Amino acid sequence: MIESHISLLLVVIPLLAAPVTALLPGVRLPWLTALLVSWVCFALAIWQFALVMDGSVISYELGGWAPPWGIEYRIDIVNAFVALIVAGMAAITLPYALRSVEQEIPKHQIPLFYSMFLLCMDGLLGITLTGDIFNLFVFLEISSLSSYTLISMGRQRRALTAAYQYLIMGTIGATFLLIGIGLIYAETGTLNMADLSNRLPAVFSHHTVHTAFAFIVVGVALKLAMFPLHLWLPNAYTYAPSAITVFLAATATKVAVYVMLRVVFTVFSTGFTSDTPTDDMFLLLGVLGVLVASFYAIYQGDAKRLLAYSSVAQIGYILLGIGFASALGVTAAVVHIFNHALMKGALFMAVGALVYRIGSSHITQFSGVGRQMPWTFGALVLGGLSLIGVPGTAGFISKWYLVLAAIEQQAWLIAAVILVGSLLAVVYVWKMVEVLYFRPASDTGETYREAPLSLLVPTWLLVIANIYFGLNADLTVGAATTAVQVLGGIPQ
Amino acid sequence: MSDSALILLAFLLPLVGAFGIVLCGRWPNLRETVTLVTAALTGLTVIELYGRFQQGGLNVVQLAEPLPGLAISFEIEPLGMLFALVASLLWFVTSVYAIGYMRGHGEANQTRFYTMFAIAISAALGVAFAGNLFTLFLFYEVLTISTYPLVAHAGTEKARQGARTYLAILLGTSIGLQLLAILITYAAAGTLDFRAGGILAGKLDPAWAGLLLALFVFGIGKAAVMPFHRWLPAAMVAPTPVSALLHAVAVVKAGVFTVLKVTIYIFGTDFITESHANDWIIWFAGATILLASLIAMTRDNLKSRLAYSTVSQLSYIVLGALLANQMGLLGGSLHIAMHAFGKITLFFAAGAILVAAHKTEISEMGGLGRAMPITFGAFLIGSLSIIGLPPFGGMWSKWYLALGTIDAAQWMLLGVLLLSSLLNIAYLLPIPIRAFFGKAPDGTSYTKIKEAPVTCLLAMVVTSLACLVLFFYPGPFYELASMVAGVE
Repeated sequence: MIESHISLLLVVIPLLAAPVTALLPGVRLPWLTALLVSWVCFALAIWQFALVMDGSVISYELGGWAPPWGIEYRIDIVNAFVALIVAGMAAITLPYALRSVEQEIPKHQIPLFYSMFLLCMDGLLGITLTGDIFNLFVFLEISSLSSYTLISMGRQRRALTAAYQYLIMGTIGATFLLIGIGLIYAETGTLNMADLSNRLPAVFSHHTVHTAFAFIVVGVALKLAMFPLHLWLPNAYTYAPSAITVFLAATATKVAVYVMLRVVFTVFSTGFTSDTPTDDMFLLLGVLGVLVASFYAIYQGDAKRLLAYSSVAQIGYILLGIGFASALGVTAAVVHIFNHALMKGALFMAVGALVYRIGSSHITQFSGVGRQMPWTFGALVLGGLSLIGVPGTAGFISKWYLVLAAIEQQAWLIAAVILVGSLLAVVYVWKMVEVLYFRPASDTGETYREAPLSLLVPTWLLVIANIYFGLNADLTVGAATTAVQVLGGIPQ
Repeated sequence: MSDSALILLAFLLPLVGAFGIVLCGRWPNLRETVTLVTAALTGLTVIELYGRFQQGGLNVVQLAEPLPGLAISFEIEPLGMLFALVASLLWFVTSVYAIGYMRGHGEANQTRFYTMFAIAISAALGVAFAGNLFTLFLFYEVLTISTYPLVAHAGTEKARQGARTYLAILLGTSIGLQLLAILITYAAAGTLDFRAGGILAGKLDPAWAGLLLALFVFGIGKAAVMPFHRWLPAAMVAPTPVSALLHAVAVVKAGVFTVLKVTIYIFGTDFITESHANDWIIWFAGATILLASLIAMTRDNLKSRLAYSTVSQLSYIVLGALLANQMGLLGGSLHIAMHAFGKITLFFAAGAILVAAHKTEISEMGGLGRAMPITFGAFLIGSLSIIGLPPFGGMWSKWYLALGTIDAAQWMLLGVLLLSSLLNIAYLLPIPIRAFFGKAPDGTSYTKIKEAPVTCLLAMVVTSLACLVLFFYPGPFYELASMVAGVE
């Protein structure tokens, strides 16, 4: 009974729990509710993933209306995989959130915070699961509006401007997406993505379709923070509460990448994208993103902002994978969606733990703290190594496939850029490591205790996951390989 | 115990030891006991492995398979056995030395020091026993990262600066060039296994072979072929035991070991000679031998001079690998062992001088030999072995390398080798001579200075005697090296 409704439950449970959470009294109770919901969702997401792992597709008709008239939830390995990431990251962020949120957010806002958290997770899950492109837009707005609220709850007043900036940029992106959706609806009369992929080829020659494609790609690119449309991201990640930075960095942009994959490879299927200069644009902006954002990261004085720029660079890697439009390239992109969630999650959690004790994310404040908080420091080093792509970590697997994809297409320059990106990562990761460990502690003589266990355990779970998926990539690479076949429109 | 378990044991033992060292951090004597016991057990395990290896037939052990066809696996072959023997035996000697040195010199953070040291040795053994290029690369990177805190040990601005250079060059070359070379190899050959005769022949356009080989030789930054040698002098800010074992033996030899592995088991010597892949890259090795020797002559800081001497000597091995003939490989492989024993003796002496007399500059060491005869005696023996004079082990490797250049009809390179030996004399021998027969700069004679702690002396005596013994009985090292080279 549950099995046939998993996809709907994944969306309905958090949606119903969110208003309830907002009304609950105190601090612990809302947290516990959110925690339970996220763990249930995680379990459901695992179950769902297991069902489609063999490449099969589950179609769920909402309200019994048959597609393409009714809304269809169409689950294949691609969205099951992304849903797994979203639910998994929520399930691991919430235990971390308890202590961190208590410190950062006024008590009376905490129920609201967890309510918004659930809504945000709900929106992200909805985006991945739905098979209807207008429904996708609706969920995109749910996740966006809730994340504006969440970001504005940050400790500093600048969180408000950051949220406002994101609001403006995010709304422009959503509007572009909506215009594009409207245009293709006008052309084809359908909103179902599977149906669209059948009907669109007949009208590929129409300028309207090209315009629609451009609007959708730019709209989604804004949400996934593609260079140079990334300007909202560094501020949003820097000033958001630590737990939200962890969650958004690990999931929000990844879900937008998923939308991009769907649009480019499924909705506008075979032939269309390669006839337009989209691939070249992805490659060019990917290269620029990797290089420019990495350089920016090096010069940041704030650890969260540094990692935020690094995220923009990592999005560049994923775009390169999409731009290659080859089986290896898209495999690399999908694998990196997962691996980057792991590494950035771990890193932002480690920095969050530092912020918890020190009260600042400015790197100059970190002098010598690594010796006082060895576990947090260890997590930061290992997460950093994964970000660099040292063998034995998850990051290496992504880099391996990405460079192989570049070599396959004889794109030597891009292969070099990917490796140079890794080297720039060495620079900005080590900038933190050196200050944390080898600088003498600050003159104030203040000593910091190790972060509390409720922060350390989730952090180290992610760190261990980084190493596990570096030594055993069966799950990630297996899912990505199947995903490439399911997405369609990719030359094998 | 089964053979495969024994291989795993060899590289897991130091890791377990590292854990034990952390646990015993509060009780220095217990901590040092753990280090010594672990080092002794590791040495015995490797010796036992060698015994079984001689009887033939050791299995391949697979630990994990991250990607299909890319496994983390271990196997034993002659070259790895040789490297493992050198590294593990000298680890024990160095541990004995380090106890005297670290206490005598009053170093801080000793627990971290011994822990990272053990991890580094574990990584070095992982490199030695790696069954394919992927595994080798994995442990190569672990080795780089685990030695970083050792280089930055002092935590001063200078130490941090040196460690930064160290990490930047080693990670930079390994990710920027070596990883690219590995990926190209994998894309061309479809495998990264080490196979006799190589995996690239017939798979790679010979025209590209030279470029790929260059990517490997420069990408293996630990081999310190110019212009990627700067990290080695920079690493000399580390405590002397680190310079002695890691930057004269484990880390740098892991580099040249990788070069040898790549030329023998990835390219295959036949493919290299047929495709002329070594044509121009070999001159970088030749130039490094001479230039590093010339720079060494200008250095007054003893450790810095020794570092440049190491850069020069490493390129001997790279040269042997790139000659790609039997004598070259024999000489190159043998030089891994011979240079290790010689150079570690020199570093031990340098550390002993620092601990006992607090002197780092060569110009200040006049007359010091009469106060520290054992130290400078060991230094003399180490120097003679490095120069390659009989009756010391260093002669054999240079002998075969010279034969290799003759076999390849590379007369210029033969000239380079001979000239370099003369330069070795010029920059090494004046140090003990001045110490024994010279005077202190201010004319005083040293009456208060005594020899370094007894464990330091013990270690030096052992390694310098080894230099002597290896001349008369190069036994296991020669056997292994000749198996590598395929000499009957």
